[in-house]
Amino acid sequence: MSMLRAIWTYRGFIRGSVQREFQVKYRNSLLGAAWNIINPLAMIVVYTVIFAQVMRAKLPGVDSTFAYSIYLCAGVLTWGLFAEMVGRCQTMFLDNANLLKKISFPRITLPIIVVANAGLNFVIVFGLFLAFLVVSGNFPGWVVLAVLPVLVLQIALAMGLGMVLGVLNVFFRDVGHFFGIFIQFWFWLTPIVYPANILPERIMPLMALNPMASLVAAYQGIWVNQQWPQWASLLPTALLAASLCLLGLHLFKKNVGEMVDEL
Amino acid sequence: MGTITVSNLGKAYKQYPNRWSRLIEWITPGNNKRHQLKWVLQDINFTVNAGEAVGIIGINGAGKSTLLKLITGTTQPTTGTVHMTGRVAAMLELGMGFHPDFTGRQNAFMAGQLLGITSGEIARLMPNIEAFAEIGDYIDQPVRVYSSGMQMRLAFSVATAIRPDVLIVDEALSVGDAYFQHKSFECIRDFRKQGTTLLMVSHDKQAIQSICDRAILLSDGQLAMEGEPEAVMDYYNAMLANHQNQKIKQEVKDDGKVQIVSGTGEATIQSISLLSTDRRRVLDVAVGQSVTIRVEVRVNTDLNRLILGYGIRDRLGQVVFGTNTNLTKQALESVSTGTNLCYEINFCANLGPGTYSIQLALSSTETHLVNNYEWRNIALVFNVVNINKPSFEGVAWIPPSIEINKI
Repeated sequence: MSMLRAIWTYRGFIRGSVQREFQVKYRNSLLGAAWNIINPLAMIVVYTVIFAQVMRAKLPGVDSTFAYSIYLCAGVLTWGLFAEMVGRCQTMFLDNANLLKKISFPRITLPIIVVANAGLNFVIVFGLFLAFLVVSGNFPGWVVLAVLPVLVLQIALAMGLGMVLGVLNVFFRDVGHFFGIFIQFWFWLTPIVYPANILPERIMPLMALNPMASLVAAYQGIWVNQQWPQWASLLPTALLAASLCLLGLHLFKKNVGEMVDEL
Repeated sequence: MGTITVSNLGKAYKQYPNRWSRLIEWITPGNNKRHQLKWVLQDINFTVNAGEAVGIIGINGAGKSTLLKLITGTTQPTTGTVHMTGRVAAMLELGMGFHPDFTGRQNAFMAGQLLGITSGEIARLMPNIEAFAEIGDYIDQPVRVYSSGMQMRLAFSVATAIRPDVLIVDEALSVGDAYFQHKSFECIRDFRKQGTTLLMVSHDKQAIQSICDRAILLSDGQLAMEGEPEAVMDYYNAMLANHQNQKIKQEVKDDGKVQIVSGTGEATIQSISLLSTDRRRVLDVAVGQSVTIRVEVRVNTDLNRLILGYGIRDRLGQVVFGTNTNLTKQALESVSTGTNLCYEINFCANLGPGTYSIQLALSSTETHLVNNYEWRNIALVFNVVNINKPSFEGVAWIPPSIEINKI
């Protein structure tokens, strides 16, 4: 409760930090804020035009020019959000060591800033993706609303994991190095670039252990097949996300004081 | 509003024998302690009342900055509590976490937001901040091109943009030039008049003595002394000299003043007295009267060189005049054991009315920090009264002749 009040009191700081981080990224460039659009736009173009038109990659079972591109974007863009949030959360205390050591402010604002920033970047790239869908005539219709609860679940998972890793990383820097490697394996072990049904039968049960697999599958279902997600398949991920959030919050509360001594 | 209560405060850092032991401690269940506590602060108790100004002094590593960090909440205490009331502004370190790539203005906004001030309010205060910092066009330049003094100016201006109930200042202020130091102390004094509580760390004797009502001396993470700034400062000076096997002794004199005697004892002061021209001991002196300070010294070991230094200090502890026998080219060479010496210092008490004290030092060099044989801070206290001079202001009697002509 006191945490929520602190966040509200420091909303100016949170908003300011998000704004500053957004500005600082392309600070010394000539085009400035335009890069915030150009970069994700280039990414979408690569995934759509190049894959669909140049390489003519096809998704097995779906007969549409852009099916594979949409499939790819559904996974890559949301994975990007997940990876950015976890990665940034994991280093947020180390990155802000200077501030943490010098100034007393509610530390809980840091993960909020990370989430807000990653969310902002995602909104831009996602907006471009939506625009592409509308233009290319692939907009899935009302089912698009199903993205919101899945996104909320994904953010909760990323936050929980990020908090746990972020706190641990202060005390054991190995966590950061390890996770950098781990997330690459995780990406390729999740059906993002390839369809899940090309996997050998005996690996399928293992996929159930990958919390990102069910999330990404839900996105792909929405965008490619205009299907509502199978909510039951997301239940284990939701439970995991909830417990990670609780664990993260517990670790944070327990170690927030000692953290400054280690930075 | 504006009180600080520190009770039983202690801070210890965990020290693990190696990197793995922390992991083992974390993952093994139960109370399996594998670390040792290294205490940097222990048993600190004090209260700062609303509107009071307290200075914290101590040698490097005594725990001053840690104490301020605990008070401001940047680090968490291991034991004890800190209780504060009112709005707190703290300037713990230079620049308050400024981001080097942003302009001074943007950083001022960020620093203000970190103090919990809304953007609108900062925008309203910005002209004042700019005016106080006096850094001109630099306000719109990135902070990385700032000098440390300019960063301090900006940080101080932001921290004091709104009068806080409690102002906490680390040594940061000493970076400023004389002009800005003067200006910031003026601002602090002004705040104090309006009721702001002040807690400051400083090595600057003048700053502590002229602003603070009370001083706290930290030594090895413990509260070594608390009291009037003058007495604490003197004790601190004695401690600074205490790197040889010196003894420090505190005596409370009849008038409640604390006398501190320190030194290695190769030479000792036997007696000190203030004499009038007719050789009577006096404690009240008229402005401009001729007097003599008589000091008897006993030499306990063969010494290569012996110097007597003295200083006359006003009631705030500021030295009005001081010199030594090295400066007067009267240093004694090769003094043998058992010699008894008598110094007579004759001067005219051209001082303003008030209470003054005399400090004495016996050493081999000019400063009492090396080979301090004996140093005592309030060796003698005397009063200066204005008996036969026209009344005047100040600590010095500088009789003028004023000519007035019509032109």
